[in-house]
Amino acid sequence: MVTEAQVWDWLAEVPDPEIPVVSLVDLGIIRAVTIEPDGVFVSVTPTYSGCPATAVIEIDIRNALMDRGLDQVTINRQLTPVWTTDWITQSGREKLRAYGIAPPIDGTAATGVRVAGMLGNLVVPCPSCGSNRTEKISQFGSTPCKAAYRCTDCLEPFDYFKCI
Amino acid sequence: MNPLFEFCLRIGDSTLILGHRVSEWCGHAPVLEEDIALANTALDLIGQTQLWLGLAGGIEGKGRDADALAYRRDAAQFRNFLLVERPNGDFGQTIMRQFLFDNWHHLMLNGLKSSAHNGIAEIAAKAEREVAYHLERSADLVVRLGDGTEESHQRMQRALDLHWPWCGEMFAVDPVTETLVADGVIPNPVELREKWLDQVESVLTESTLTKPNSDFSHKGGTQGRHTEHLGHLLAEMQFLQRAYPDAQW
Repeated sequence: MVTEAQVWDWLAEVPDPEIPVVSLVDLGIIRAVTIEPDGVFVSVTPTYSGCPATAVIEIDIRNALMDRGLDQVTINRQLTPVWTTDWITQSGREKLRAYGIAPPIDGTAATGVRVAGMLGNLVVPCPSCGSNRTEKISQFGSTPCKAAYRCTDCLEPFDYFKCI
Repeated sequence: MNPLFEFCLRIGDSTLILGHRVSEWCGHAPVLEEDIALANTALDLIGQTQLWLGLAGGIEGKGRDADALAYRRDAAQFRNFLLVERPNGDFGQTIMRQFLFDNWHHLMLNGLKSSAHNGIAEIAAKAEREVAYHLERSADLVVRLGDGTEESHQRMQRALDLHWPWCGEMFAVDPVTETLVADGVIPNPVELREKWLDQVESVLTESTLTKPNSDFSHKGGTQGRHTEHLGHLLAEMQFLQRAYPDAQW
């Protein structure tokens, strides 16, 4: 008989389709796993509303569990509590940095309240050389969850996983 | 008429039509970074649309899902604001339209987070965080272009004058909003308008742009009376599902 802890371990091996260096568990999008007489139930929360990876993630979860011999898998999409970057685990953040993506800086999510003259003065350390002398190129990078930055010391362009 | 269904269509159709309009820039924006930012904004809006129209379909209870509502209705059944169906124009007009909408959108979502309707409050809590980034970006660009070169200033002022008469509809009061305000489902549009004006005016001042004086507003979108632009947009957006119903990837 499979246990819930076992399913969590298996899900910790399923990579995010867009940033394969982190797992679904690292990202903090698996909300619950329950074993019922009629199968395994997994609750998943989307990162961004329009993230095209959401549908792929559900297929990946189903495939990963079916590969382990679980043929009754029900995936439930859950909005609340809303996903934020606070849900990304510490090890997930380290993996992002090692991969070249600056991890989110907690407490810096956009508020929509404009402070006149304050244009993007958030300090995002370069994931390659660690320098604090970096600059924002665009608030949206290769995906909605990332912004495009560049390091003015080592000159590497890099993605910053925005705090949300 | 179910006011909850109508409201979900108003906000979901507005995010859908604006999302589609913004996606028309894909591959055409003035610089690569802006092209990517516009595409990502469109993606957020269309993602939020799936949630709103999904909720609308559930409330209606006739078996229509978000796709059926997006692709199988004709212009007269759409409830979006007229502002969002306006053609993109130049980059300045697109950014100004986004800025005027983002300010409404962010205030509305903030109000909806404490809605008496749980499904609405859940979607609002999710979308509000994304829209805060939209608003930061569009406000930044309005300041940079408004207080930019002589030409960018002129274009932004023209864009503002052009879009201004289409904004009042976002705050219009009618039986749908009256019922939902009384039930604690949505914030009061009259109070939203006050906050909206404050926010918009402060950025316009920083941008060296002049707010038009007129309070005149076109209306009709939330009642299904649209400009000629919506039909053309739908002809493109709905083509595949109309020509090949139920087609799947």
